[in-house]
Amino acid sequence: MQGGGDGVFRMIRYSDFNYSYGAVCALRSLNLEIGKNELFTVMGPTGSGKTTMLRCLNRLNDVVPSGRHSGSLYLDGVDVYDPRVDVTVLRRRVGMVFALPAVLPTSIFENVAYGPRRAGERSKAALSETVERSLTAAALWEEVKDRLGERAETLSGGQQQRLALARVLALGPDVILLDEPTSGLDPISTLRIEDLLRELSRQYTIVLATHNPQQAARVGSRVGFLMLGELVEVAEAGDMFTRPRDPRTEAFVSGRLG
Amino acid sequence: MGGAGHETVARAREPARRDIGMLKRTDRIAFWVFAAATAVALSFLVFIISFVFVRGIPRVTWSFLTERPRDMGRAGGILPSIVGTIALTGLALLIGTPLGVATAVYLTEYTREGMSSRVIRFGAESLAGVPSIIFGLFGFLFFVIFLGFGWSILSGGLTLALMILPTIIRTSEEAIRAVPREYREISLSLGASRWQTVVHVVLPAALPGVITGVMLSLGRAVGETAAVIFTAGSSLRLPGSIMDPVRTLPVHFYVLAREGISMANAYGTATVLLATVLLIEIAANILIARFSGHAGRG
Repeated sequence: MQGGGDGVFRMIRYSDFNYSYGAVCALRSLNLEIGKNELFTVMGPTGSGKTTMLRCLNRLNDVVPSGRHSGSLYLDGVDVYDPRVDVTVLRRRVGMVFALPAVLPTSIFENVAYGPRRAGERSKAALSETVERSLTAAALWEEVKDRLGERAETLSGGQQQRLALARVLALGPDVILLDEPTSGLDPISTLRIEDLLRELSRQYTIVLATHNPQQAARVGSRVGFLMLGELVEVAEAGDMFTRPRDPRTEAFVSGRLG
Repeated sequence: MGGAGHETVARAREPARRDIGMLKRTDRIAFWVFAAATAVALSFLVFIISFVFVRGIPRVTWSFLTERPRDMGRAGGILPSIVGTIALTGLALLIGTPLGVATAVYLTEYTREGMSSRVIRFGAESLAGVPSIIFGLFGFLFFVIFLGFGWSILSGGLTLALMILPTIIRTSEEAIRAVPREYREISLSLGASRWQTVVHVVLPAALPGVITGVMLSLGRAVGETAAVIFTAGSSLRLPGSIMDPVRTLPVHFYVLAREGISMANAYGTATVLLATVLLIEIAANILIARFSGHAGRG
């Protein structure tokens, strides 16, 4: 398993990173490194700053008028808040999967083709090829190949989330962010998504945010525990759940805090 | 002790049971009150429509629709007024819709809620309350006299466009605000620019609401009299260009009835006008049903 340590190529680096909404501090002096093709899980109770942490990486937080950051956040060695960074290019490199409902009100095909189309792809053949490749990688192709023209809302919750993953894969990203992707999903669909994430982490750097410690344990990667904007502890899942170093981590993983 | 407690419970229950009886009665009375109100409102509507139709339908023949009027409208048809009404409202929608939708997009997607957006919204809402004759007066002074457009389809269309603008802005704004925030976030997260998000996600999702607003405005524009009589004139000739004056259906009806030229033809005109408005409403409903079923496809 790859850590963020020495000798491993670092994809993401938060360096003394702070983020606040007006007077409310959402992240405080965050220091964290995530390696290339690592599957990293951020867990923490609601309001701990997980979403903020993810949304700074693709600068989706830019739409929040009161949002302010300080410190640095590097993606592949480049500060994402550098004024020269084009956010549309950044967001194609750093794709995001949201909690349900997370499909665009259009067809299955158009959901996946949306990113490439906005990036300027016009060729029907190229789009069809990208859509098939992305849906296959998201383990959804076999289920939808005969109904690509149907509306995406007709899919089940689990299928919708795999569609959201396919939509991100169609961008050709380096990093995939997932913000509570399985909330509201049944256990079988949840397991399926988790398997898929492990599979995809061979080619992509993945950051998964969850409020559910069991999910962090199942995914079994390196885990960070975030609470009230503070990164309390980072450890391999095994260590985190059997030998938590911080009493707050222990309280959270044992279910006394949540 | 126990007995006394039991008695208290029993006494407490009795009025409660009476309350339920009263509630049931209130419910029944309320039902009949609401039903009666609906019946009164509906019967007035039916009465007005049938009042006009009974008198007007016998006049509405093919030649009435396709001939020019003769003898001030005592004889002949209403073709120039039909053409004039279509031209005038068409022009008003052509100008008012893009302007109104663009304003709504600006207010919702490009400005943060603050002083300036509140002022714009207040202005638009005040405009919606201005009587149409004031628009007519403004149109007369500004388009007809100052800009020198004269009594013409252009002057009337511009005036009507201004008049329907508040409705289009407000309904479009509501429709755009009702688009889930998630759609915008998904679009932006996939590398779409703000403009692309508006064009490819927000507007298609808001389309049914926007169309409703446009159709409401169309209904209002078709029937507008006061704003038009000052700006488009009351010529009975068939217009040849947008610089020609026209007499729209409501104005024609007004002149025929007011000057006692021909009540029969006035009712005929009113029938055509009413039927047009009804058809617009039906078309609007069909369009809305279609778009809400297929919004954003393709």
